Amino acid sequence: MSHKHAVRRAVTSVMLAASIATAAADESSIRLTEDAGLPQVQASCSMCHSLDYILMNSPFQDKAAWEKTVNKMVKVMGAPMTADDVAAVVAYLDTHYGKGAPAAP
Amino acid sequence: MRLICGANGGNMDRRKFILGSTSALTGGLFLPGIVGSATAQDLPAGAVASGILDALPGKRPLIKRSFRPPNYETPVSYFREAFTPNDAFYVRWHSAVPDVALADWRLRISGPGVKSEREFTHDTLRRKFKSAEVAAVNQCSGNRRGLFNPHVAGVQWGFGAMGNAVWSGVRLKDVLEDAGLTASALEVVGNGADAPTLTGPDFVKSLPMWKALDPDTLIAFEMNGEPLPTWNGAPARLVAPGWTATYWIKALADLTVTDKPFEGFWMKTAYRVPKGMFGASGFESQDTEQNSPITAIKVNSLVVDPAPGAVLERGKRIEVLGIAWDGGSGIRGIEVSLDGGKTWRDAKLQRDLGRYSWRQWRYAIKPEQAGAMTLMARAHARDGSTQTDTLVHNPAGYHHNVVQKVDYHVA
Repeated sequence: MSHKHAVRRAVTSVMLAASIATAAADESSIRLTEDAGLPQVQASCSMCHSLDYILMNSPFQDKAAWEKTVNKMVKVMGAPMTADDVAAVVAYLDTHYGKGAPAAP
Repeated sequence: MRLICGANGGNMDRRKFILGSTSALTGGLFLPGIVGSATAQDLPAGAVASGILDALPGKRPLIKRSFRPPNYETPVSYFREAFTPNDAFYVRWHSAVPDVALADWRLRISGPGVKSEREFTHDTLRRKFKSAEVAAVNQCSGNRRGLFNPHVAGVQWGFGAMGNAVWSGVRLKDVLEDAGLTASALEVVGNGADAPTLTGPDFVKSLPMWKALDPDTLIAFEMNGEPLPTWNGAPARLVAPGWTATYWIKALADLTVTDKPFEGFWMKTAYRVPKGMFGASGFESQDTEQNSPITAIKVNSLVVDPAPGAVLERGKRIEVLGIAWDGGSGIRGIEVSLDGGKTWRDAKLQRDLGRYSWRQWRYAIKPEQAGAMTLMARAHARDGSTQTDTLVHNPAGYHHNVVQKVDYHVA
């Protein structure tokens, strides 16, 4: 079991390094609406996944639904976000990609 | 071990098309406004806009749902073939794709449910156990989630998070029996070489003993006679025919036979359906009072050709091609209606490729009246089940098997 865990740790660190090094290649084509909240969204969300997850899941989630999604990322997936980060990201998502927001570009 | 990170890699000249250009692939005629995808009107607007055609290395252009982790669905036009080409087969990962060389691959079998632990290389495994193969549909639990109304969060799949292939390898049963099962063996837990990005739960899934010991449940190394593509789980993946693809663990590394229900997040919390909504799960050790794990695929069908929105020539006889499948009882029949469901006629079933494979069907039409025309198709399984007329809405967006209505234009 210890061998397995060592391998897992190595895999995780290689993956982090690789994803940080190359994260921009094709994801760079993704355009989200610019505003003061966008940098926090980019920092928090793209740590683990491309931002097309946001586009794809819009515009049908109300603020409570986005809040549930972001909280899942923190509580289950381990996103290192403060309460302020969560509030900023949820506000951004609700404003630009919430229920009734204009369709994504 | 090398990791393929999503669709990255800096290859900037990979072919990219907007979804609308699928008409070039399907060779059909389309009406303006509904170009490209049967699902375009039904998916969330943001999913339509971001669902570009994009080719991962070694794959043909598929419909990109997310770059990282890579989630790509197969355009319906590829379902004209009885077996889905490996390079057109959909891609679905929860985290970065592990790239494990066959020479480095090891399979470990352990846990309180086995009498002795085992470790195999590809060579020792293939030499020791008889080869086996099965033709089976591999369908993501969330296939068609994007069509849910109201929409639910998740990967917004259209019709293409599925494919049909011949899977070959060795029987899971033979490998487990070689290790020897104890009387307390309850579930077989499969883990792949993929790992969560941060501290989230590793993607690990279990099977009940009866399913693990089914002679059609395999550890597969090949699909359609070729080694599994890395995108589809090389060097080896579990094949649990009839069950949704969440159980078909890719880049399989460990099997643990437990004497207690496995409690990982992806079993206990995710991939669940409300208790009783879709019948018995067949996985009692994972049922709770509130919900059950999603398990067997529900009977379903899909019109493949002509594509929705096609312009049909008035007075010209054509054959509609479709597919139908279920969780393994097999397809008993397909009915087609051209009058909004008032009357139904049998379509012609094509060759039976096995009860877990989809079944192709054909239905001849000769449209006589110019204007709009709607075709409906409804599959019946041998277990007596049939497709639903209205959506059985559930929080995670599973088991969408509503009778399809396909609009054509006759001119």
